[in-house]
Amino acid sequence: MTRPSFGAICLAIIPFLAMCFSVSLWDRVHPMVLGLPFNLFWLLSWIVLTSACMWGVYRLEAPRIANAEARRHNAGRAE
Amino acid sequence: MSPTAIALAIIFFIVALGSAIGFYAGTRHKMSLEQWTVGSRGFGTLLMWLLMAGEIYTTFSFLGASGWAYSRGGPALYILAYLPLSYVVSFFVSPLIWDLGREHGLQTQPDFFLARYGSKYLTGFVALVGVAFMIPYLQIQLTGLGIIVEVASFGGIGRTRAMILGVVLLAGFVFVSGIRAVAWVSVLKDFLMVIAAVSIGLYVPHLYFGGVGPMFAEMARVNPGHLVMPGATKNLGHTWYVSTVLLTALGAFMWPHAFGAAFTARSANVLRRNCVVMPLYNITLAFIFFIGFTAFLEIPGLGNGDLSLLTLVRQALPPWMLGVVGGAGALTAMVPASIIILTASTLFAKNLYRPVFAPAMTDDQVARLARGMVVALSLICLYFAIYSSTTLVSLLLLGYAGVTQFFPGVLLGLFWKRVTTAGVFSGLISGVACTAFLILSNRDPFGGWNAGFLALCLNGAVTVLASLAVPVKTGARTEDFSAGGSGRF
Repeated sequence: MTRPSFGAICLAIIPFLAMCFSVSLWDRVHPMVLGLPFNLFWLLSWIVLTSACMWGVYRLEAPRIANAEARRHNAGRAE
Repeated sequence: MSPTAIALAIIFFIVALGSAIGFYAGTRHKMSLEQWTVGSRGFGTLLMWLLMAGEIYTTFSFLGASGWAYSRGGPALYILAYLPLSYVVSFFVSPLIWDLGREHGLQTQPDFFLARYGSKYLTGFVALVGVAFMIPYLQIQLTGLGIIVEVASFGGIGRTRAMILGVVLLAGFVFVSGIRAVAWVSVLKDFLMVIAAVSIGLYVPHLYFGGVGPMFAEMARVNPGHLVMPGATKNLGHTWYVSTVLLTALGAFMWPHAFGAAFTARSANVLRRNCVVMPLYNITLAFIFFIGFTAFLEIPGLGNGDLSLLTLVRQALPPWMLGVVGGAGALTAMVPASIIILTASTLFAKNLYRPVFAPAMTDDQVARLARGMVVALSLICLYFAIYSSTTLVSLLLLGYAGVTQFFPGVLLGLFWKRVTTAGVFSGLISGVACTAFLILSNRDPFGGWNAGFLALCLNGAVTVLASLAVPVKTGARTEDFSAGGSGRF
């Protein structure tokens, strides 16, 4: 089984810290950014940054998954 | 033509166009059970993306999100957070589910439980719970459909009649076409919805306040408390936010239809790539919030916040635009509703009725029974939609609280060898019982926490403890499962 790597999990936890657990730090109206209340601006920024984090996770995981699949394939042929 | 006639004509045109696409997509493929439910596992990134977007962005995001921004304020922000986070979870979980699906020919979520735990009673129970909590979700779509036609017709066509019409169309549509049709109709639906959301979200604040910035400046001057939690409520504060975001982010892919969608992908990497891109799609929700907040300032005092978006559109824009918005909204109700009905009826026929009552049924007979269930379920949901008056978000949270109870069984089933059937069964029962008790007795939120989240914690604890309490019974099924599949467990 290809368990996710430590780095990938750390990267994936970042959006949870930013959008969920830290709510009391950013749930404010001021300072308004780009005309938006701060909490709305924060969440919108993190929607984009979540995709960025997941792109990083994908880059970290893709080679490992490909390796694992190649190994499984070879093992299948050996039998 | 009167404004009502114009608006309604455009709505019906859009719905008819959507249905035509659906029927066309459906008639091009021969319908076996596998084609009908999982599209023969042949969906690539694009079609997969459409299907996932189709089922995640529903009439709820359209009417419910603006409705909560209008009536509750700050707490509505949870909607912006949980969907992106649900893709983070799904990135790790859904490829594993897909792998198992291909290996064991799985089509539904209870199939997964059967393959992993080997108990037909657990499987039947999972199917039953899934169907039960999909009913409020379906009710959201029907109520949404009713609201749209009601507002667009200036009250001329009552909500009940609109919902009956919607149900007839919906059932016919699902009956003929299956999952592939649904994915293609969501092309039209998402196109219209994104255009409508962005243009109205920018135009309406501009019309009344000269822009989004000035609109929020006015909000901050008049009622800054509405923009932050707990907004207009007393008990939806930060604890509620964290517990609700966690519950819904973990639960988004526990919906039987979202879980089943994983099986339609062509490869596990299609799913992973989707999870990288999909969070971006949520940005459109911000525009829906702009509309809700503008409505808060401009048309205060509506009894039902779910009406705010359409009421504002009706007041601010020409009738044809109301028609486009209404048509987009109607499709955003019909597409997810079709997927839900399709899944629920398959669950009932394949995972509950056949294994428990009629093991001799063939796949063809199951497919026929499932189609019969489409009609039965539509009628049940219609009944609930007509006779209940809960807001859309409350219905959604009820459904989430229920289906998220599958999470421990799925996650531990994938990552922990030691988990037992008895453990998952007792965890699931305690989670569902706790959810039902807290919500039906109006104790949600409970001490500031989301009731479904508390039930999930109880569920997880019971599952783990009960699994540890009984010494490992090396049941053939589990053994086969953990040893087989190239040691994936």
